[in-house]
Amino acid sequence: MSETAVIIETIVKAVVVLSVVAGMGAFATWIERKVLAFMQRRLGPMHVGPYGVLQLAADGIKLFTKEDIIPQNALKPIFVLAPIVAATSAFVAMAAIPYFPEFTVFGYTVHPIVSDINVALLYVMGVASVGIYGPLLAGMSSANKWSLLGAARAVVQILSFEVVSGLSVLAPIMMIGSLSLIDINDFQSGGVTNWLLWKQPLAFLLFAIAGFAETNRSPFDTIEFEAEIVSGFATEYSGMRWGLFFVGEYANMITIAVLVSIIFMGGYNPIWFIPGAIVMLLKVSFWIFLFLWVRAAWPHVRPDQLMWVCWKVLMPLALVNILITGIVLV
Amino acid sequence: MTVKNFKTLFENRYFIEDSGAFIVEKSNILDALHVIKNRDNYTLLLDMTAVDYLKKDSSKARFAVIYILRHSDFSQILMLKVYLDATLTLPSVTSLFKSANWAEREIWDQYGIQFQNHPNLKRILNHKEFIGHPLCKDYPITQGQLCTKTDDLMDEMTPLLKSKGYENFEDLMFLNLGPAHPASHGTIRNFVALEGETIVSTVSEIGYLHRGFEKSCENHTYNQIIPYTDRLNYCSAILNNIAFAHTVEGMLGVEIPQRAQYIRVIIGELSRAIDHLVCLAAMLVDMGALTNYWYLYNPRESVYTLLSKLTGARLTNSYMRIGGVSRDFYEGFEEDLRYSLKDIQKGVGDTLKLIAHNRIFHDRTQNVGIIKKDEALNRGITGPNLRACGIAYDLRVAKPYYGYDTFDFNIPIGSTGDVYDRMMVRFEEIEQSIYIIKQAMKRIPKGDIMLNNHSIALPSKQSVYTSIEGVMNQFKLIYEGVKVPSKEYYDAIEGANGELGFFIVSDGSGTPYKVKVRPPCFYAMSALPSMIEGGMIADAVLSLGSLNIIAGELDR
Repeated sequence: MSETAVIIETIVKAVVVLSVVAGMGAFATWIERKVLAFMQRRLGPMHVGPYGVLQLAADGIKLFTKEDIIPQNALKPIFVLAPIVAATSAFVAMAAIPYFPEFTVFGYTVHPIVSDINVALLYVMGVASVGIYGPLLAGMSSANKWSLLGAARAVVQILSFEVVSGLSVLAPIMMIGSLSLIDINDFQSGGVTNWLLWKQPLAFLLFAIAGFAETNRSPFDTIEFEAEIVSGFATEYSGMRWGLFFVGEYANMITIAVLVSIIFMGGYNPIWFIPGAIVMLLKVSFWIFLFLWVRAAWPHVRPDQLMWVCWKVLMPLALVNILITGIVLV
Repeated sequence: MTVKNFKTLFENRYFIEDSGAFIVEKSNILDALHVIKNRDNYTLLLDMTAVDYLKKDSSKARFAVIYILRHSDFSQILMLKVYLDATLTLPSVTSLFKSANWAEREIWDQYGIQFQNHPNLKRILNHKEFIGHPLCKDYPITQGQLCTKTDDLMDEMTPLLKSKGYENFEDLMFLNLGPAHPASHGTIRNFVALEGETIVSTVSEIGYLHRGFEKSCENHTYNQIIPYTDRLNYCSAILNNIAFAHTVEGMLGVEIPQRAQYIRVIIGELSRAIDHLVCLAAMLVDMGALTNYWYLYNPRESVYTLLSKLTGARLTNSYMRIGGVSRDFYEGFEEDLRYSLKDIQKGVGDTLKLIAHNRIFHDRTQNVGIIKKDEALNRGITGPNLRACGIAYDLRVAKPYYGYDTFDFNIPIGSTGDVYDRMMVRFEEIEQSIYIIKQAMKRIPKGDIMLNNHSIALPSKQSVYTSIEGVMNQFKLIYEGVKVPSKEYYDAIEGANGELGFFIVSDGSGTPYKVKVRPPCFYAMSALPSMIEGGMIADAVLSLGSLNIIAGELDR
């Protein structure tokens, strides 16, 4: 295959992934409202379109047409840059994620991954962690005390939990011997019993918990919790700049859902008669539903309690897990 | 009254007024309060207020300050009164009762009476730019003032921080939690100094919602005041109605018909239940447990539907009248009530299922915002907030009214006095209120709902339209109001937030000479800084929520 063809193919894939994930993210906001409403004995959006489906279009129009306010004392260039960092890092991280098994169209084999890097997992986690600069820069440039508090909370929380998520995936990597997500997926081919979930239950739990914290989802959404710090780092943002943070957050949520599905829950290997692509979609949907379910059921954790859990409970557990895995492997 | 020690120690130095208040000389007031508190066990300073006798009888002195105390058995009340000389100064009693701190500030603000040795005598309800003292009888009721400057509160914060050993404040961050903060229930401002996210010290500013309730009362007849009382604690408007009507009926020396008493018990308890629902729902939202908000607010909605059918209004019901209630239960009320009660029980049950055994909930609420027994009493905290500390004081039991002694119910109490206890006490009180309502519905007698007394109750429409006596009776009652004999009188009921009392001075006309509310959350709010200092912002939000501060009542 010529080089140009590869470039064109990659660009097409990137655009497809970007638009599909952005679309899914937007759709997820509607799903979130509906699911939460169902659990909370109310209706959720009902007026725009059938069952309020078009609510997301209305929200989009609102965000785009809203006045763009930059506070007088804010550091303008950084204030403008911050939401872009947040959204880009979330989407760039998706480049190394395989979503479906490869398939053939008109004799042409499509690999549904933008770029198959052999250190994919490292790449995804590394790039996603650049996202921390979003809230940090936003909070520090806003010239607002609530934003500053939110930024401090964001940095402390995301940095701490990256340690946990990094250590927890180390054990599965030791078993598989590869950082490529495709290898990790192939390792689990052969049915539900081959899922890593059963071999590494502790790593799975730790990774999932860290995922909740890193995506800033309840019960760990201390970063912009309204009752305490108004809106955290996003207090001064309005319109589409705020919207970019929002989109980035949902993209992160999808990334984590995909990662958990691939690493621990058998990835896109087909189950019984269900093809791999559908299996993957179901798994990701399940995780997003779980995010919402948890949000509806539990109160928040206090930031210092969250740190306590992270450093005194989760991190030692992750280390112990690595140790045990190592002993078993040797 | 059993004030043995006071009487022996202050022999010949006090006398008793018609109102039952003990009159003490200004020079003796500190000693007298000391004896009354420590030897006669009047440990709870309920309220302090002043009266301006300019237009009534200023032969003795123009101003008098009144101390209302409650015995540690919680049933007896003692009123102590001091007439002031021309200097308008009085020693502060904050060293004996912490509740006097804000009470004295309020008197200074409203009457211009100065308290010597007060730690921080500045205005509390009115704005700092305000000129004059509005509750003085020579302050015209219509004279508004435009005040624009904000208070940076550093005059209070700086000494507070210095007393805690902070010399320069470079490492501290000053932050306004309110008045427009998502979790400040109503417009309340807490100015905090932060070290990281830990609160080092707090200064509260209230008065954003001050609208001169007490001044307005002096310009209206007794029945016209009832809609005003709705706006005090608007989460349980009916209990405010009852407290006011009950006090005025006490001054008139009348007892309302049995059926009216039962209606007051039933609707009052329903009102208490929804007040607690609001507090709990809002608190759980502050904690991020959003789902419980709907679980607790939906039943409140069904109660509002019932109340609007019964009283014509959802929030500000104005259901009581002096001498009874405005209308009887409608047809089908019992069934609606049963539905509403079932709704409440379901909502409470569902919420408890979600949180009662939730570790996150426990970690957030237990040992947070603690207030100790003695401290709580000293600060004048009453109601569920006091019961959460482990003191079983409930006026419905301590000094039963409306036949509460004939009902079978329990007073839930806590043990630690933290946020968790305050919440759980409220959850259990909802259950107990429902239990009382069910008993009352079984026993409610038939009969009148208003006193059959033409000097208090309006005549029937039939007689107004057909007889001259009826017309005149209606005219006099509407135009001049219910005439209350000249008295100084305090009475209270158990409001949703604690002891809700009214101190009323009447001059024999249809308009009160002076009205003073004893708002339970005024005293609870004054305790907030001591509860949240040393905690995190997240704890402060929960502590504020758990006290159930209602700005309408706080600022009046």
